[in-house]
Amino acid sequence: MFSAQFAYERPASLEEALEVLAEHGDEAKVMSGGQSLIPLLKLRLASPGVVVDIGRVPGLAGIVPWDGGLAIGARARHVDMERGASRFGILPEAARQISDPLIRNAGTVGGSICHADPSGDWGAVMLALNAEFVVRSRRGERTIPAATFFDGPFTTVLEADEILTEIRVPAPAGRSGGAYLKLERKVGDFATAAVAVQVELANGHVGRAGIGLTSVGPTNLRATRAEEALAGAIPDDAVIDEAARLAAAACEPRTDVRGSADYKRDVVRVFVKRGLRSAIARARGEAA
Amino acid sequence: MNVTITINGEERGGDVEPRVLLVDFIRTNLAMTGTHIGCDTSSCGACTVLLDGEPVKSCTQLAVQVDGRSITTVEGLANGAELDPIQVGFHEEHGLQCGFCTPGMMLVCRALLDTNPEPTEEEIRWAISGNICRCTGYMNIVKAVQHAAKLRAGAAAEVAS
Repeated sequence: MFSAQFAYERPASLEEALEVLAEHGDEAKVMSGGQSLIPLLKLRLASPGVVVDIGRVPGLAGIVPWDGGLAIGARARHVDMERGASRFGILPEAARQISDPLIRNAGTVGGSICHADPSGDWGAVMLALNAEFVVRSRRGERTIPAATFFDGPFTTVLEADEILTEIRVPAPAGRSGGAYLKLERKVGDFATAAVAVQVELANGHVGRAGIGLTSVGPTNLRATRAEEALAGAIPDDAVIDEAARLAAAACEPRTDVRGSADYKRDVVRVFVKRGLRSAIARARGEAA
Repeated sequence: MNVTITINGEERGGDVEPRVLLVDFIRTNLAMTGTHIGCDTSSCGACTVLLDGEPVKSCTQLAVQVDGRSITTVEGLANGAELDPIQVGFHEEHGLQCGFCTPGMMLVCRALLDTNPEPTEEEIRWAISGNICRCTGYMNIVKAVQHAAKLRAGAAAEVAS
């Protein structure tokens, strides 16, 4: 398959990339690893005038400690997260469930987030982790919370001249643990449904809880009411069941080839329950 | 656009449109047909090549994207008449039936053994999970990789002694 014709730019620096974007505006599309964009180009679902390949822009691929948390360069690949992001257990756990090993060698975290597929995995994980996204343009820099980044299917609040440069995962308060549970029909398929959970514990009570959902709405969703039900509570079975019920109620799945809406909603309920149990056990330092 | 790609150790150039996929550059411009086109939708792994040693799907890379980088295709596995241990493994353990997935399978497994010389069965199955064998010969593919691992370990021991 061949895409429509496009011009190709491969800037050697971030400044150069921002210049190119400022010049071309809506006509340009940023390519990171290309694992989402190239299939879209081939299917002619996207036909940008200019593809701006940031694959050689230096300084965007690191995964480094940041203010007690983690700063992830937008161009860090999924495979880099499998290997190098153990500070938060949910990150390698989610990474190894993304697509297949070959795609993980090429696809990037920032590319996946900006692609904003409601079936993308990182969006849900970053919602659960309460991450924020650093974006740059020639006009300057701004920071966008994950919770307000996704605008609709394949749509974010990024302006045409902006590039995501870094994802910042804040330091957890107290002991914390996370889990990513994904149901897929086969390796490489998109999720039927998936759930990201991150829990902080203090004195036996839940501090902050984050729950992100994949493939069950127009964007990655945050289960805000479930998070609120957990905050401050002692996480016993009744509390966990109620949070799982609220998360299932928050999702808006559609019936498709991967399952009925009711089925997906119930998968979310069960996965939130299991994910919370694992995350809490991990926060307590127990094996789970 | 002019691109220069090192393929199996040899520098090759070409003039391509930006939309030309790496797999088409390899097969059409370079007339090297060992790299197969299977699904053309990033699903099957028949087009696998090693990009700077790591397996990727060449139907989901632009030729211009890998300008200046180094790739290995199935043609680069053997050293003259001497087969790579992974090729010997696939031969001796009957790791192929129709052979369509084999170039991609062997490259993925070669990359696995380069980083993990003694993989468990689960690690092998994990490594090949992005490559589809529609003859479903996975049992023998796993045996082929285990055999290749033994050959490599034997060769390494011989060098050491």
